[in-house]
Amino acid sequence: MNDTTHNDAEVAPELGPLNLEDKPDGPGSAMMISAGIGIFVLGLLTVLAEASPSIKTWLQGWQWGVGVGPLAGKTTIASLSYFVSLGLLWALWRHKDINIKTGFYVGLGLGLAGALLTYPTFYQMFTKS
Amino acid sequence: MELTSRETWAVIHGLILGTLFLLAFGGALAGMWSLRPGLLTTKGIQERMKRLYVGLGAMAAIAWATVITGTWIVYPWYRAKLAGADFAKCKGLELPNSVCSPRDFLLSNVVGDTEKWHEFGMEWKEHVAWAAPILATSVFLLVLYYGPRIIARPWLRTAIIVMLVGAFGAAVVGGAFGAFINKVAPIS
Repeated sequence: MNDTTHNDAEVAPELGPLNLEDKPDGPGSAMMISAGIGIFVLGLLTVLAEASPSIKTWLQGWQWGVGVGPLAGKTTIASLSYFVSLGLLWALWRHKDINIKTGFYVGLGLGLAGALLTYPTFYQMFTKS
Repeated sequence: MELTSRETWAVIHGLILGTLFLLAFGGALAGMWSLRPGLLTTKGIQERMKRLYVGLGAMAAIAWATVITGTWIVYPWYRAKLAGADFAKCKGLELPNSVCSPRDFLLSNVVGDTEKWHEFGMEWKEHVAWAAPILATSVFLLVLYYGPRIIARPWLRTAIIVMLVGAFGAAVVGGAFGAFINKVAPIS
């Protein structure tokens, strides 16, 4: 059995025979924070599209003539933000032991903020008539 | 018995893909819940983890397929502006048709107070549902990365379950409003 900084096999002896190597928490934190980033970007673009007609038009340009409207830009950019931030943070932290609790709370905060920003009663307060 | 092409896509998006994701959640939650010290044998852990990898991977793929078909195939039919600014072409109708899209129909209020289905229901659903694939993908990657180590880390298991429940919540909002809106103003 490998020595681990997390002492997994001491907490759960049934893991001992599996000879699991220890893994740093950097990639785990990256997965949590990047999910928050993706949802936050989605919310932010939702509010910006309401507040600015020019941003709305720009987001509409992502629909490639399909008729999705500004939702095309919001969701495509949010998804790209998720995957790009995941790749970058993972590469940056792949050997580092970033505090997983901090990573979770940062991701949770971003995710909750993003969810609030996509709530119609909230973002429609920014609608330019 | 016949479905139009649009109805078929609406069924694929909501009734097949969306429902599969929501149904799979119960299995995923039960699987994650039981990753606790002392509950499983070493053999049991290996069997359980394989099932979780496949199940969560499938959930993430299904969630992406659901939002992509919904946004890029079904939604343009829903939101087409066909009836004019005053929704004149929706007058007298009981259901949307080729000159009055579901969005036009709901905003026209021709069968009662229906505009909130669009202004609140559809507007919330079309955005927040995209949180489901993002969260489901991170949940899948976390379980794939940590594997059985999650058993020894209750805090990590709880955090992953919170994310899984978040994905489910987003999918419920999308699924529930999708079902209600398609009942009031179906895509056909």
